[in-house]
Parts: sequence; C-alpha cells; structure tokens
Amino acid sequence: MSTTSTVSAAAVPDSGKGPAAAAAQRAARRRAARVWAGRIGLAVCVIGGWQAFTTWGIVDPFFFGQPSGIWQRLIELFQHGTQFGSFYQNIWTTIEEALAGFVVGALTGVVFGVALGQSRYLSDVLGPYIKMVNAIPRIVLGSIFIVAFGIGVTPKILLAAVLVFFIVFFNAFQGVREVDRNVLAHVRVLGASRTQITRHVIVPSALTWIIASLHSAFGFAIVGALVGEVLGAQSGLGLVIKTAQNNFDPNGVFATMLVIAVIVLGAEWLIGKLEHRLLSWRPPSPSETNAL
Amino acid sequence: MASRNDVATGPGPDTAEHADARIEISGLTKRFLTPAGEVFTALQGVSFTVEPGRFCAVVGPTGCGKSTTLSMVSGLDRPSEGSVKVGGREVDGITEGVSFMFQTDALLPWKTVLGNVLMGPVFRGTPKQQAQASARDWLRRVGLAGFEDRYPHQLSGGMRKRVAMAAALINEPKILIMDEPFGALDVQTKAIMSTELLSLWEQIRPSVIFITHDLDEAVALADQVVVMTSGPGSVKAVFDIDLPRPRGSVQEIRFQPRFIELQHRIWDTLREEVERAYALTAGGTE
Repeated sequence: MSTTSTVSAAAVPDSGKGPAAAAAQRAARRRAARVWAGRIGLAVCVIGGWQAFTTWGIVDPFFFGQPSGIWQRLIELFQHGTQFGSFYQNIWTTIEEALAGFVVGALTGVVFGVALGQSRYLSDVLGPYIKMVNAIPRIVLGSIFIVAFGIGVTPKILLAAVLVFFIVFFNAFQGVREVDRNVLAHVRVLGASRTQITRHVIVPSALTWIIASLHSAFGFAIVGALVGEVLGAQSGLGLVIKTAQNNFDPNGVFATMLVIAVIVLGAEWLIGKLEHRLLSWRPPSPSETNAL
Repeated sequence: MASRNDVATGPGPDTAEHADARIEISGLTKRFLTPAGEVFTALQGVSFTVEPGRFCAVVGPTGCGKSTTLSMVSGLDRPSEGSVKVGGREVDGITEGVSFMFQTDALLPWKTVLGNVLMGPVFRGTPKQQAQASARDWLRRVGLAGFEDRYPHQLSGGMRKRVAMAAALINEPKILIMDEPFGALDVQTKAIMSTELLSLWEQIRPSVIFITHDLDEAVALADQVVVMTSGPGSVKAVFDIDLPRPRGSVQEIRFQPRFIELQHRIWDTLREEVERAYALTAGGTE
C-alpha cells in the first residue's frame, strides 16, 4: 500500500502531496461505503428473513407478526387512530409523562447527588437506605402509585421520575466524589465560599457524569411511563400496546414499539446536543469515548 | 477589599502591611493515621521564619513533608502540634491574602483562561467588570493577551503555568506559596518562567515559600534556602542567599562564582539527606 503511493507520488512530482492525499481519501470513503453496506445488508437480512419465514409459514405471523403487517398497522394507527382517541394524542400523552418524569427525576437526582456527595455525614447516614431502595425492583412501585393516585398522568410521571432519579443520583454522587482535590484546594485558597465552590467547581465537574447518565435516563423515563400505562391508563402508548396484546395483535405491539424507539432516538439526539453545548470545554477525542 | 483598606488606614500603613506578611513556623508537627491504624509522623518540630517580602525556597528529598508544611501555612490543613503564624496571627482556616500555585494543573478545565484568572477577585466580591479588567491586565502581564477565550486544554504546559501564575497573583497576595510550580516543565521553559516569576514578584513583593527539587532553581530565585531532612521532616539548615537583586535572567546567574559557591555549600548539606532518602525508598520498594 505505502510503496504504491510513494511510487505514484514520485511519478507525478508536480502535484506534490496530491495523489497520496487522494488515495487516503479514497481509502476512507471505501471504508465508509463498506460499513454502510454491512449495515444495510444486516437490516435486509433480519427484516427480509422475518418477512420470508412468516410468508413461507415456517414462523406463524399470528404470534410473531410480520414486517409488512407491522407497516400496514402503523399506517392504520396514524390514519384511523385507536379506540382511545387519535394515535398522535396517545403518543403525546406518553411523551408528556416521560418528559415530566425525566425532568423531575433528573433535577432531584442532581440535587441529592450533589448534596450527599459533598456531605460525608449525610452520605454515611443515608447511604445504606439508598442502596436498599435501589435494590427494590422499583417498577413494582407503579402499582402503588396507581392505587394511590388513580389512572391519570401523575402515577406515570412518578414512576418515570423514580427510575430516572436513581440513575442520575448515583452518577451525580460519583461525579462529586471525583472532583480533583487540587482544583478544590486551589479554589478554597482563592477564598471561595461553600456555595461558590459548589457552583464553580463541584457542579461543572460532576456535569460530565450527570450528562452521561441522562442518555440512559431518558430510556428509563419512557419505560416508567409505558409500564405505568400498561398497569392502568386512559390514554398513552402503553395502553395501545396492552390493547393490541389483548386482541392478539403482535403487529400492533411492534408498530407501537417502533414509534417508541423513534421517540427515544429523538430524545437521545437532543441530549447529545445539550451535551455538546454544556461540555464544549472538553478536549475533543479521548474523553468523548468515555462519555459513551 | 474594604477590610484591607481599613488595615491600611491604621497607624503606619506601610509597616502594618509589611508585618502582615511575616510567616513564622514554629515547632510544626504533623501526624497522620495510616489506613493500617498506625501513626505516621510526616513533620517533626519544623521551625523557620520568612521575613516580609522575602523569597524562601525549601529543598529536601522526596517525602520530607514539604507539601504538608505548605498546606498548613495556607490553612488547608491543621498542624498536630506547633503553630503557623502569619503576620503574628495564628492560622486557622484559610489564611487571608495567601495565593497557592500547585505542581499539577489546578485550573478549572471548564472555564476559559479569562474565567480562571478572574475567579480570585470574584470570590472576594469584586464586581465582575472590574474583575474582568484586572484579569485582562494580568493576562497581558504574563504574556497571554489574546488567549482570553481559550480553554486550558488548548494551551501548552508553559502557557497553563502562566495562567496559574496570573490567577495566583491577581489578588496581589501578601503571601505566595508555590509547590514545585515548574516541576513538570522542560528545562528551557522552566528557566523562562522562573525569570518571569522573579520580575512579577518584584512588582508586588509578597513573601514567598517556594518548594523545589531543583537546587539551582532554589539558589537562583531565593533570598533564603531551607534544607529539610526526611522521615520525619525537619529543618536541617537555613542558608542566606546574598546574590544581588534584581537578578535578571535566571539562566545567566548560574555562571556567577558566588552562585556556584552557594550552590556547592547547600548541596553538601542536602546530598546526605537525598542519599539517605533514596536508600530508604529504594530499599522499601524492593
């Protein structure tokens, strides 16, 4: 590879680095093309295989759905809605619940994480209890919330918030613990007060951790909202899924799943943007991989 | 700011300001509890005095408690026994009017160069505009005009040290504490930075305690060199450096006969300690 490029460079001395750079660019483009070919090939294999196996009757589409049927169902859902109002309205209910739960959970998580991370006493007192609560399968709390708050949006928001809280909390807590001792000493000697230290050092330093946790946290917010809706609701994607399940309609379940995946991807993209904004001070490559 | 003015308007502003900057370290002892539950004595009866406006270098083998001493002078840590007095007042809590320059980078990576430098005045309650003006002025003085909006990771090691220097000096400290500030720099950059430090120091004349492993650096910069022993740390000898000031380039001064003579005398004292400490650590790690 290298010998051919040097030979070609020597053969065309006038254009200097041109041929070598062009060769490198071509190699990079070829690599990208191969990656995309692999991706598309994989998708065609999986979806095509699914479609083929269900068409040939090797797999029963009644139980496992069929890609063409899922697509059909998706169009139906968007065009004709569901028995509990339009599909858009159901989507919006779920987004609303997940978003509210996400915000509440993330904010309380950050506040508690930062407070406990800074206070040795508080973290010693509360530490074991938080571990215990974390060990409980919190999704079950959904039942309690439904009993306590009815089948409106409140129990779903609470469930989403609980799920988000712990993820963000542990990350914020750890982030505060990881603050550079030297930086802390530096700021203390400069005369910073406790609140100034929190504002200028602790929070920005923990932010790397907190934002990394937000990526997975939104997924959990959606899970909280959906589970809440499956347990009991008047509207929402969880209810659409539950109804499809009761009607032996796997295509309906898959179609709704697809919509949820798009929502989560969208949120992920927004959080990525936010991360880019807030953490613009970071050196580009090495820590970027850490955040994933 | 206001309180400092009050002090200055007291009887004899000049002398008050001066006496403020005397550092008296007497009988300083620091013990730590190791994780195994044993008591480890890092410092034992360390005493020395830095007169106001003097530049004091502390040399000694690795692990002789130099940094521990500094953290107690700045008030980041408390002594087990003995005391540190700054301007006649015993240190408890962060010492007022002190600035600290660390060996490793202590800049906030999420703040720009300007943001890092203006922290000092902002923490002291200076209005933002005024703080910004003075931060710009200090960045100009350390030769970083035009780099205000960069982030620390975009700068070279030497430039980051300049930022740290501006951040430490912007409050015009009466005491400047430096823990091997140029330890991580290459030899040429170190010499340039030392020269610049001297010229900036001469503008504000704080009392300085400067830790270093580099005896050349100590003799070239300081009025007074304290040699410490290791395990536990204590003061072995104090040398006065009578090289005239201003000293100009740190690299030039190394060729003066008086410099070489002083450097030899101190090295004779220090060598024994370094060898002993080295034998200990080499034996310990085997």
